[in-house]
Amino acid sequence: MDKDELIHLHVDVDLPYRWAAGRYGSIMLKALRDEKKILGNCCPQCNKVYVPPRVVCGPCFVAPDEVVELSDTGTLAGYSVVNYPFIDPETGQKRPVPYTYAYIQLDGCDSYLSHLIDETDPARLSPGMRVKAVFRSDADRVGRLQDILHFKIIE
Amino acid sequence: MTDIAIVGAAQTPYQRCRDDANFAEMIYEVTCGALADAGLGISDIDNFITVSNDFWDGRTISSMAVQDACGSSFEGGRNVSTVEGDGTFGLLYGMMRILSGAYQTTLVVVHCKGSEGNMRQITNGMFDYIYTRPLGIEAIGAAALQARRYMDSYNITEEDFAHVSVKNRGNALRNPHAQLAAEMTVEEVMASKPIASPLKLHDLSPISDGAAAVILAHRNVADKLGRKPVWVKGIAHCSEAHFLGDRDLAEAPALRDASRRAYQMAGIKKPFAEIDVVELYDAFSYMEPLWLEELGFCPRGKGGELARLGATAFDGPVPVNPSGGVLSAHAVLVAGLARVIEAALQVRGEAGERQVEGPVEFALAHGINGPCGQSHCVVILGE
Repeated sequence: MDKDELIHLHVDVDLPYRWAAGRYGSIMLKALRDEKKILGNCCPQCNKVYVPPRVVCGPCFVAPDEVVELSDTGTLAGYSVVNYPFIDPETGQKRPVPYTYAYIQLDGCDSYLSHLIDETDPARLSPGMRVKAVFRSDADRVGRLQDILHFKIIE
Repeated sequence: MTDIAIVGAAQTPYQRCRDDANFAEMIYEVTCGALADAGLGISDIDNFITVSNDFWDGRTISSMAVQDACGSSFEGGRNVSTVEGDGTFGLLYGMMRILSGAYQTTLVVVHCKGSEGNMRQITNGMFDYIYTRPLGIEAIGAAALQARRYMDSYNITEEDFAHVSVKNRGNALRNPHAQLAAEMTVEEVMASKPIASPLKLHDLSPISDGAAAVILAHRNVADKLGRKPVWVKGIAHCSEAHFLGDRDLAEAPALRDASRRAYQMAGIKKPFAEIDVVELYDAFSYMEPLWLEELGFCPRGKGGELARLGATAFDGPVPVNPSGGVLSAHAVLVAGLARVIEAALQVRGEAGERQVEGPVEFALAHGINGPCGQSHCVVILGE
């Protein structure tokens, strides 16, 4: 068929959800909102500390039932300065570019936390840099991971 | 060694937008192609596996929308089951169903159109919706983190990755199914548009539409078919943790595990010496050396040297992605089964212009699914 005879249908599908953060997620997000604290949990068998806290340590298949407070500082383990436009899932608006994803190991934690960092020049980023969480104001924290606005470099 | 052989295969050409065909039309095209390749009719197929992804198709139970097209509705309906993951996982599942003893043959079909949805929103949707998705991270951003982590762990350079893009886009010139084929230089790759540091435009695979089909048969019937069977000598699958932050992205332990089990099944002890050709899932240039390290083709941290020194070149000791690989055409899910088809063609000696030199005793095909290669399937094919 000729290209101009082909028919396409354009449809925007809106699929609303109401996701449960669960027991550990609720404990963590509440502490973030009310106390600006980042919580993880610790596996009693392998002693690995996880963030976000979760119901089971995958490798041990044991409940990491000890909730631990983590530092709001950590080490940059990976990063990417992103230059392409993206519809922010939070706002539905196009996010300004560039912005930087970071893969952060919080002090006292074994897993990595994915978040954003407020430095967009690759030349000023390197692995091992020390970073610190910047929290939203009391009025703007609602109990979600983005209650941490981003991380900033502290050295 | 298993009792299962590939006896027929077909794939569509890969294009940025197949707007001349819907999913059913693409699946019908490859189903007829695979049957013709095998010299079989639809009545010879007693089991069907469809592979697709609901987010990409924009519908729930997308795998059950192509039944007429793949022939599973023939004569009032045959057994059909489904996989949401890479096409190689569908191949493994199809094998299992034959090995259950209930079926002699299985048609595995897979389709995907990157052109019809929003790639970034769809791949953002694979992440945890509380902790990761709201950051906006999607397939490219996650891959960039992995590339960075891999570089920093082993002093691998962006130039090392550029050599892979040059090789694979160059190989694609011999593959009529490829979408992106070009003679390029390392300098051109390095100068291409920054997308997500350290990745640049030519480090990325394209958005593609396509479909593929493979017909599997048990030993009981495979030897009696006209087509020379390509045997599945070994196969294994393994998956890593769901949270990106639970993994060290500089490593791929799931691939290490899957490959060792597949090698053991096939009786392979030294992959570099024994495997004649490799087709792997290089969705991004950095993935090829990282996957080759975990597949045991070189020591950890030495993957960057393979393409740079020509070890993986079309005429090198172990050609990797002589088809051009996923960097040259990336219909998601389809791309893993395409690797299997390319490897099978190499074993048959029917890969045309992209046929590697010398006999192919063992060919390795590899598929992934999930961010940064969360799940891996390794398939060893041979005569």
